[in-house]
Formats: sequence, C-alpha cells, structure tokens
Amino acid sequence: MAETYRRVLLNADAVRRSLARMALEILERNRGTQGLALVGIVRRGDRLARRIADHIRKAEGVEVPVGRLDITLYRDDLGRKGAPPPLGPTDIPFSLDDRMVVLVDDVLYTGRTVRAALDALVDLGRPRAIQLAVLVDRGHRELPIQPDYVGHAEPTRPEEEIEVRVGDDPSDDAVFLVEPGWDEGEV
Amino acid sequence: MEFQRKDLVAIEPLAPEEIVHILDTAEGFLEVSRREVKKVPALRGKTVVNGFFEPSTRTRLSFEIAEKRLSADTVNFSASTSSVKKGETLLDTVRNIEAMVPDAVVIRHGAAGAAEFVARRLGCSVINAGDGRHEHPTQALLDLFTIRRRKGRIEGLTVTIVGDIANSRVARSNIHALTKLGARVRVCGPPTMLPPQVERMGVEAYTRVAEAVAGADVVMALRIQKERLGRAVFPSDREYARVFGLNSRVLEGAAADAIVMHPGPMNRGVEITSELADGPRSVILEQVEHGVAVRMAVLYLLLGGGRSEWTS
Repeated sequence: MAETYRRVLLNADAVRRSLARMALEILERNRGTQGLALVGIVRRGDRLARRIADHIRKAEGVEVPVGRLDITLYRDDLGRKGAPPPLGPTDIPFSLDDRMVVLVDDVLYTGRTVRAALDALVDLGRPRAIQLAVLVDRGHRELPIQPDYVGHAEPTRPEEEIEVRVGDDPSDDAVFLVEPGWDEGEV
Repeated sequence: MEFQRKDLVAIEPLAPEEIVHILDTAEGFLEVSRREVKKVPALRGKTVVNGFFEPSTRTRLSFEIAEKRLSADTVNFSASTSSVKKGETLLDTVRNIEAMVPDAVVIRHGAAGAAEFVARRLGCSVINAGDGRHEHPTQALLDLFTIRRRKGRIEGLTVTIVGDIANSRVARSNIHALTKLGARVRVCGPPTMLPPQVERMGVEAYTRVAEAVAGADVVMALRIQKERLGRAVFPSDREYARVFGLNSRVLEGAAADAIVMHPGPMNRGVEITSELADGPRSVILEQVEHGVAVRMAVLYLLLGGGRSEWTS
C-alpha cells in the first residue's frame, strides 16, 4: 500500500500575509481602486477573491466589486472523456466593460483553466485589461500564460498535488503539497 | 450524481436523482441566456439534427436556440419539406441522417415509440421532442424547473392537470416526473379524456374541476388537441370551456399562491381564459424561457461527456 505525504506549504498566517501583500500589489500596480474589479474562478478562486477584497477594504476603505466565474462550459476537454462535469455558478453583478479585471484562482498549473476563463470573460464584456492573481504557482505551463500576482511559487513535480483549503473561516486556510508515496517493492 | 445516458427518450425510466440533476444543471444555463453574448463554446464542433416529422413552433425554436447557444451546428429537417413526403420510411430516413454523422438527433414524431425506435438504431444521442401520445420529456422537465423555481420544491406540492389526459404526452411525462419527485398529482377532464385506470399511474382522477383545483399549488391546463381527436369527445368548445375551462373563479379554490401553467399553444377562451393566462398567477412565459435552459442542460449532459461512458 503506497502512502502519500502531505506537507504544509502555507499555514493560515502565511496565506493571510500572502493575500494581504497581493492586495497591496494590486493597489500599487493599478494606482488605487478606480475601475478595479475582482473575478474569482469557482470555487476556491471565488473565495480567495473575497479575501483579497477584504484586504483591499482594510487598506483603502473601498469596497471593490467581486464576481465569480464558472469556466466549465469553456473547458477544452469537454466531450472527450468522462461524464460531463457539473456546472458551477457564474455571477458577475456588474459590467465588465472598461474595467481593470483581476482574475483570481488558487493554483496556476497548466494554464488551461486561465485560458478558459479569459474566453469566458470576453464573452461577458470588454474589460480594459485583465490581470491574473494566483495563490500558488506550481509551474508546468502548457500555454503561454503568466501571473501578475503570486502568493507563493512552488516548483513541483507533475505527480505531486497542491491542495488549497479556503473555508468559511480564514483561520482554517492552508496550502499543502501532497506527494505520492511509493510501494516499498518499487524502489 | 453523474448523468451517463445516451438518449433522453422518456421520463418514465429516469431515477428521481437524474431528474434533479438535469434541473440543477439547467440553473447554470439560465444565466447564459441573460448575457450580452448568449453563447458558450461547450458543444463546439458537435452537429445536432432537428427532425420534426410533426408540426411544432415553440419546441423546435427552443431546441434550436438551445443548440446555438451551446455553439453546436444545427440542421433542421421537417417532414413537409423532406423525402418523407415521397414515401421514405422512418428507418431509411434515420439511416440516411446517421450516414451524415450527427452527434445528436432531436425527434418529434406523430407515432408513440418513434423516438425509442430511432434511439435503438442510431449510435448518436437521441432526444425525444414529443412522440405521439407517449411522452414529451423536455416539456415535463421545464415544467418541473418552473415549479421548483417558483415554489422552491416539488415534494409535497399538489399539482392539478386539467384537460385531455388520455391523449396528452405532456400529461404523461409530467405525471411520471412529478410523482417521482414526490408531488401529489390530480388529473381532471371529461371521462372520455381520462385514460382507463389512470389511478395506476399514482394520480387521483377527478371529473369536477372545482374539486380538482381545491387547495392546489399548481394548476396546469392542457391544450385541447383538435388534431388528435378523431371523434367528438365533448360537444363543443363552449361546452368544454364552461365545464373544464380554467378561469379566475375556478382558481379561487386553489392555494392563495397557486401558479397557472400551460404548455402552449393556447386555445384562449377554451381551456384557459385570457384573463388567467395573462394574469399575475400565470407562469406561461417563464415556462418558455426555462425551456431553453432545460434543453441546454439536456444537450450538455448528453453531449458534454465522452461517448465511452454511455449506458443505454
């Protein structure tokens, strides 16, 4: 029986500091909150976008609009294998036109999710520009996509997994690296 | 819950969880129709043939809009303009359609069992858009979707269906779907329009509309289908309207927040008065809006996965 090893990359404090720094970087780069909006990719990116909006409110006293985006219908593997994936909610209660949109996701890996999200966003409106914020960049890109704001960069092996926990309570937030174990006979 | 069917031919074989899964999926598609760009690429590169061997306006339009909003390529085919008129059999027609390698065929046909017949012979997905007096599954799904959005649930509701129950595929599909999800279903119509032993379908039969509507949460009028009535089963339109027509006086006995439904097209002044159809209780146009979302959900669930996962 192979065992898996789970290592904490970021604990709740580290997640909070990363998100707070990313919020300040977003404010710095965009010179404040004018025209700014956050769109989180369902589901964990959606929760992270709300966390970042909280940090922006603490720093500037401004409520930045936050939307959530489900990219299922834009996936490039639909109709290829398995049962059709369940849909999540898309809810962007403001116009994207001429906004500076910061797309938020938990983990940046192949870049295919971000590609799908970019297509979905331009179907919903015409933002002035789109920036990308991710809590963890684990490398292994399959598309030419780069983040603008990164919480934590972790070089990984493809067989490893990044597990991000963002719950109702920020004090439970955490990021884990899950390494597959190996059978003793294999080594 | 995973939906792994090749076809949607009828409600009857579906498990309650499958029905709920389709309704849940449809929730996500409502938003697409409210966007500026009403299109998602989910079924890009898929071809859907709409084969309508019987007249239809709303259902065909609704399917076509649903297919186009999912980016599928659609081809329409109607009996009046095709070689069906030249005497081609249904089997030959579908074999020819199959040779063009579509991913799905939506079929409306006057014969009960036509959709099942085609589904068994085609390797692609088949969606029944109404087959004779048998079933009209997407209509029942959009009706349940509308009820659930208005009432927040299906279970425990009392739903009254008034009209030509015996000849109605809409009634049959709705009875199956509603009873599977735990609603109490009452049917009401002239004795000539109630199928024998209708109680075996798990419904209560009434011949007095006031009794059938009393306390109901949902009241659904069916269209009097003049084209399916070979012989006179009631004396006249006026007589039918007087005894079985829905109007605001009849609805006084229903629950205070009862909604009124009709699958369309309406015979105004026969099975339903204009006052009721256009009034605050009416959800008839919501049914039409929801039809697109529900059909998008069905197409997505049938075509959005891999073919190797299909179970017939």
